[in-house]
Amino acid sequence: MALIESTIDSMLGNLDLPLNILQTLKEDVIKAGVNKKELEEIIEKVKESYEYAKVEPCEAVGVVSAQSIGEPGTQMTMRTFHYAGVAEINVTLGLPRLIEIVDARKEPSTPTMTIAVLEEYAQDRDKARKLAWEIEATHIDQLADVTTDALNMQLIIDLHEKTLMYRNITVDEIIEKLTDKLDIQVRLSENIDNQLIVKLKEPSYRDLLQMRKNIDTITLKGIEGIKRVVIRKDGNEYMLYTEGSQLKKVLEVEGVDISRTYTNNIGEIYDVFGIEAARNAIIKEATSTLGEQGLTVDIRHIMLVSDIMCCDGEVKQIGRHGISGEKASVFARAAFEVTVNHLLDAGMRGDVDELNGVTENIIVGQPIKLGTGDVHLIAK
Amino acid sequence: MDTIPSIPKRISAIQFGLISPREVRKMSVTNIITADTYDDDGYPIDMGLMDLRLGVIDPGLKCKTCGSRAGECPGHFGHIELVAPVVHVGFNKTIRKTLRSICRNCSALLLEPPQKKDFVAQISKLQEMGHLPDPVINEVFKEARKTKVCPYCGAEQLEIKFEKPTEYIEDGHKLTPTEIRDRFENISDDDVKVLGMDPASARPEWMILTVLPVPPVTVRPSITLESGQRSEDDLTHKLVDIIRINQRFQENRDAGAPQLIIEDLWELLQYHVTTFFDNEVSGVPPARHRSGRPLKTLTQRLKGKEGRFRGSLSGKRVNFSARTVVSPDPNLSINEVGVPEAIAIQMTIPERVIDRNTELLRMYILRGSDVHPGANYVIRPDGRRIKITENNKEELAEKVEKGWVVERQLMDGDTVLFNRQPSLHKMSIMAHQVKVLPNKTFRLNPAVCPPYNADFDGDEMNMHVLQTEESRAEASILMQVQENILSPRFGGPIIGGIHDHISGMFLLTRNENRITKNEALELLRKAEIRELPEPSGYDDNGEPYWNGKQIFSQILPEGLNAEFPAEVCFKCETCKKEDCEYNAYVVIRNGEMVKGTIDEKAIGAFKGIILDKVVKKYGTEAGAKFVDDFTRLAIRGVMKTGLSFGISDEDIPETAKKNIKEVLDKAENEVKDLIAAYEAKELEPLPGRTLDETIEMKIMQTLGKARDQAGNIAGNQLGLENSAVIMAKSGARGSMLNLTQMAACVGQQAVRGERIRRGYAGRTLPHFDKGDLGADAHGFVKSSYKSGLSPTEYFFHAIGGREGLVDTAVRTSQSGYLQRRLVNALQDLEVQYDGTVRETRGVIVQFKYGEDGIDSTKSDYSKPDNVHKIVEAVTGRKVN
Repeated sequence: MALIESTIDSMLGNLDLPLNILQTLKEDVIKAGVNKKELEEIIEKVKESYEYAKVEPCEAVGVVSAQSIGEPGTQMTMRTFHYAGVAEINVTLGLPRLIEIVDARKEPSTPTMTIAVLEEYAQDRDKARKLAWEIEATHIDQLADVTTDALNMQLIIDLHEKTLMYRNITVDEIIEKLTDKLDIQVRLSENIDNQLIVKLKEPSYRDLLQMRKNIDTITLKGIEGIKRVVIRKDGNEYMLYTEGSQLKKVLEVEGVDISRTYTNNIGEIYDVFGIEAARNAIIKEATSTLGEQGLTVDIRHIMLVSDIMCCDGEVKQIGRHGISGEKASVFARAAFEVTVNHLLDAGMRGDVDELNGVTENIIVGQPIKLGTGDVHLIAK
Repeated sequence: MDTIPSIPKRISAIQFGLISPREVRKMSVTNIITADTYDDDGYPIDMGLMDLRLGVIDPGLKCKTCGSRAGECPGHFGHIELVAPVVHVGFNKTIRKTLRSICRNCSALLLEPPQKKDFVAQISKLQEMGHLPDPVINEVFKEARKTKVCPYCGAEQLEIKFEKPTEYIEDGHKLTPTEIRDRFENISDDDVKVLGMDPASARPEWMILTVLPVPPVTVRPSITLESGQRSEDDLTHKLVDIIRINQRFQENRDAGAPQLIIEDLWELLQYHVTTFFDNEVSGVPPARHRSGRPLKTLTQRLKGKEGRFRGSLSGKRVNFSARTVVSPDPNLSINEVGVPEAIAIQMTIPERVIDRNTELLRMYILRGSDVHPGANYVIRPDGRRIKITENNKEELAEKVEKGWVVERQLMDGDTVLFNRQPSLHKMSIMAHQVKVLPNKTFRLNPAVCPPYNADFDGDEMNMHVLQTEESRAEASILMQVQENILSPRFGGPIIGGIHDHISGMFLLTRNENRITKNEALELLRKAEIRELPEPSGYDDNGEPYWNGKQIFSQILPEGLNAEFPAEVCFKCETCKKEDCEYNAYVVIRNGEMVKGTIDEKAIGAFKGIILDKVVKKYGTEAGAKFVDDFTRLAIRGVMKTGLSFGISDEDIPETAKKNIKEVLDKAENEVKDLIAAYEAKELEPLPGRTLDETIEMKIMQTLGKARDQAGNIAGNQLGLENSAVIMAKSGARGSMLNLTQMAACVGQQAVRGERIRRGYAGRTLPHFDKGDLGADAHGFVKSSYKSGLSPTEYFFHAIGGREGLVDTAVRTSQSGYLQRRLVNALQDLEVQYDGTVRETRGVIVQFKYGEDGIDSTKSDYSKPDNVHKIVEAVTGRKVN
């Protein structure tokens, strides 16, 4: 006689087990259709098995995690770039990327975004394409040939009509953007179609050449910083892959699926979504960097690294400017980097080293307070 | 014997602070006034830098302060009275900031009282939480600097400029250290607190030195050269300079020398004191030795990898260690290590004499220190250590009794630590049981190579002999090899079969082979198998025979169940599981191997599924026994068939060679077509790529495909009977790619993932035309290693190979630093009894370790497989 789901729920409800175990247990139990006695036995055994699998108190999990991530580092490749398929986006991988993650750099060396689009765009390539133009930063050299007319002290911009149409941008928009961003006069040529004449307010040869350079940097359409957008069919929907990352602005674009859009820029995720999201992003990025190299590292180790980076509410670096530089112990800081400064500052502040950590105790020559060193016997 | 050794005292905390002039004088044993060190007889001069009150370094002399001899005397500080105060370089930054934030007239901190109170509150709050107060203190300085008129005395504040290295200029007038000191002296204790200092242990004026402590001679020992000449330490040299200038300064001032000269001397004194503390201050020319070498002064002693902190305090030298080359011995257990007798004779273990071992230890003493299980030293109850020699061994054996300690030589069964650098993870140091063996190398079972990352091409390893009972207990419970079969990194076995273990097992279990009784017994000889199973059949003569699977089943623990695809699995679209026609699906039922082939997936290090199951289900001891058994079985198995590999194994028939040539020629033509299209500007660029990038990618693709095709042709010629293929497919060593490179075609050589482009202008080598984009001009190697490379190919191959070498060199340094940073950041984390992970301050990093509190070594690759198993076991119904 199999138990009904509600009884199972109530029996499993108040067990002190991790969520994923409880869920699997519930699924299995329903699938197997157990009776009460069986379920009681199962619960007993699962509890026992969980008790066995638990970490032991005093375990030095930090060192184990650090080694578990550091050791595969020696086996990783240095090959920075990698093309995932043809015409894809370059991404930093391997050891350099891992270093970038634990360094908590504000800006990764190759920021990219994976933009999911809403239903109506996801199935239609043209619509997705249109959305891509909204996102990709468009510069004048993609739309026109620019020539410097030194004789008349002006720039001549020959717009490609087809490209304009294709990219859904009008001549007026260009004129507006250019006048807005640069302090110049832009007018349509009278005799030639789609030709713009740019004149300086005060003619100067040097300024003209400078202008020629400046005009290329102006973003006419799209989001500044997104250098390229590639559309690829992923499963049965179109996705956008970008070179360059601007999470906040991309999320504001209509048609972008906010819940499934991702960037590899952890700093941006922190700014937009906060510390918990950043913590998950670090875990995700580190796991995929290691996994891509064919190295398996238990997620618990990566979680611990991510948690210590984020536990103060901001993403802190693993190193001198982050966790190691803010340790409580003077000796631990001095033994890591910038030895003398830490000692001098400690003297000046009159710091007291409580000798709780590992390095401090090694330095003064006593047993460390971890693992078997953390167990005390009291003699009666 | 009656006194139990007392529990060693623990240092509970260490207080830092600045040293006040008063304190310097108090702890000083003498004022140093003469710059000379020794008199003509070589005796230290009184009140000189080598004064006997500062401690002794020469044997035979006694310290005048504590009366101990060299080696016992810890040394005592002296002091130099500086004629005029000088700035301590290390505190320049703080001095500057402090000067700018206090009133030039009344020395009050330039902040309103409520502001001060607020800052003090902030600082104490941060300190209470164990954080550094730096950000708040910087804020104090920033705020105070903004005030232009003193709110207390109304004095107008002037801009103070700092000039490197130690000059402070206020409104064009140079501030002397005396003036600075005067200002600092007047800062009230309350204001000092706002500046983040603790007035009890660090007053700001102590940053300006008036008395210089002279480190004891033990800190700066002089060395006597062979010529009998004395060579002084760098610090002594520097102190001599300071004393000289100090004296000259004194004389000049007393003589009423002009202000200019006084200032010059003052500056000079400042320079010498500065370089005494730090000889690498920017803007200060480093003080040099006579030979031109920069002096190594205080800062340099502390700093860097070989400095005091990282080199001497965090890393220490040890006794009772040995190092030699390692070599393999498959007959040892994984828990053992073979120790050469020459080492065993030298290494000792102290053993306390008690009633029960007196006779035994007496025997060791009688054997002396030259015959192996002997003893080298005895320690009397009064602590005297006596070396056992041929002459005194009988006498000592007679005398030895309860309370003595005998340092006996290393013997079989002793627990030692074994280590190979770089020690990247905890499995780089494991405890082994000693097995004393002849010859001069450490021997270890090749199955423990993966955790140490050792091979036998000349690797050396270290052994440490444990000296106390506690350490031996701890090591054998926590660090023994069998306890480390599972790696916490991924929760799977890191110790397991490699190379011949895998090919041996593969050969043994692959086919329905016939193994006679004699052979079977030979194979299982070492595994302590007492009975053979039912034979699988009888041959024509009625002799029984067994197959390899049966033999392997003998070493499996009873009740083991497993099902998984083997490494040789072809990854067909639908797996036929048990009915796999390639014999690539392993089925083990109740400790009996039914189907499949044993290869890397089953027993290999990192992958071995059977190994993983055995350890997790039957415990580490059974795991260790299983590893021991299968390594021995595999070695005997591979010896039975024999496995050799030579250059003739790469031979492929002429027709295949022709086919390969055709494929490569075709690819080359395709490349030519591509180039033609490119030159005619007919090539369509790929989206988001330039034309140049497109052609490169297309060429790379074409050539890559061609290499794979050539490889396949060659691969088809080399069947599963080829030993290289056996090794590659079973996962023992090498890959099919290696093999095709040897037999068919080496393929494209790349630098940074691109074809080779560097070299001369417009071309890679003078053998090619400028602008040639062809395959061979950019590093495509058509030949195979077997057929040999053409000169240009050889050159390109060398380029590609060099990149690999550079890569490795860069990677090791980078990943080493990453490792150091990670360990330093995480080392203090510990799981508490309540399951949380906290660091030293008690800050919670994780509420439950890994979100579920499970140890990665005890989980099934982080999947809840155990739940399935339990439900199945209880209900008898399959759920997964």
